[in-house]
Amino acid sequence: MQHENPKHKHHHPGYGTYILVWLALLAFTSITVTIAGVNLGRYTLFVALLIAAIKSSLVVNIFMHIKFEEKIFKVFLALSGMTLVVIFALTFFDFIYR
Amino acid sequence: MRNDHEAVVVEQHVHRDDVGARMGMWLFLFTEVLLFGGMFLVYAVYRYQHTNDFRLAAMELNTGIGTLNTIILLTSSLTVALAIAAIQKKNKFLSILLLSVTILFAFMFMVNKYFEWSAKFEHGIYPGSEELLNRSNGQILFFGLYYVMTGLHGLHVIIGVVILLFILVFIIRDKVTFDNYVKLENAGLYWHLVDLIWIFLFPLFYLIQ
Repeated sequence: MQHENPKHKHHHPGYGTYILVWLALLAFTSITVTIAGVNLGRYTLFVALLIAAIKSSLVVNIFMHIKFEEKIFKVFLALSGMTLVVIFALTFFDFIYR
Repeated sequence: MRNDHEAVVVEQHVHRDDVGARMGMWLFLFTEVLLFGGMFLVYAVYRYQHTNDFRLAAMELNTGIGTLNTIILLTSSLTVALAIAAIQKKNKFLSILLLSVTILFAFMFMVNKYFEWSAKFEHGIYPGSEELLNRSNGQILFFGLYYVMTGLHGLHVIIGVVILLFILVFIIRDKVTFDNYVKLENAGLYWHLVDLIWIFLFPLFYLIQ
């Protein structure tokens, strides 16, 4: 029973790392709520989305272990992310220049 | 002695592919991302078209309850991640405790959602209501998207609770152990996706000024 399963050899962070990431996520949440009250004009949406993107990358990399997975996982993730970006870009291109 | 040793080695050779299992889960998550992505696309186009109406309508949403639910979901993401770390360290009790806390947080989220939606219904704001139909097109679209997107997200929370409950029973019955916990990992991945979607829903619906 002492033999660890070799399939689970990839290392994972300990309790401390997860708690640090959680604190960072809470900090970013309070930042985004505070900033929403400040009038940044046309940059408001950009800042809100930027903070959301930072929070997601923390969740995906650490909580969802993508940082510690094999390379192919990262390729798949990038591919689906790019698909979404292309769909958004093409739709707005069509919508704005119609 | 030698035969005994070989028997142990044969027993250790399990036909299992944890990497493949996780990859399957990730592929499923990508389809979920595209499902919600389509809705975010509709949101983006209509917000671009009705910027001022979206701003007016969003001011009626309760930012406090939205922030509270954000904190609840982020914390539940932490507890499910810690539950995996606990089972890796062979701490079955802690893993069960953390998973139970995750499920508790999910219920708290849904209770808040219930009060939030009830308050909107009381003010006569629900799809097809007289109060709403008398408003501008942009506001009707905002509340329509609000109900569909937070509703579909809420449905995912409920499905997540069911999955986490199954995993909880698996851990208690030793079907998920320190040496075989890919089911817990995949349930955790699903739960983190629910959190991820909320990370975008929150600023886009509750934080427009």
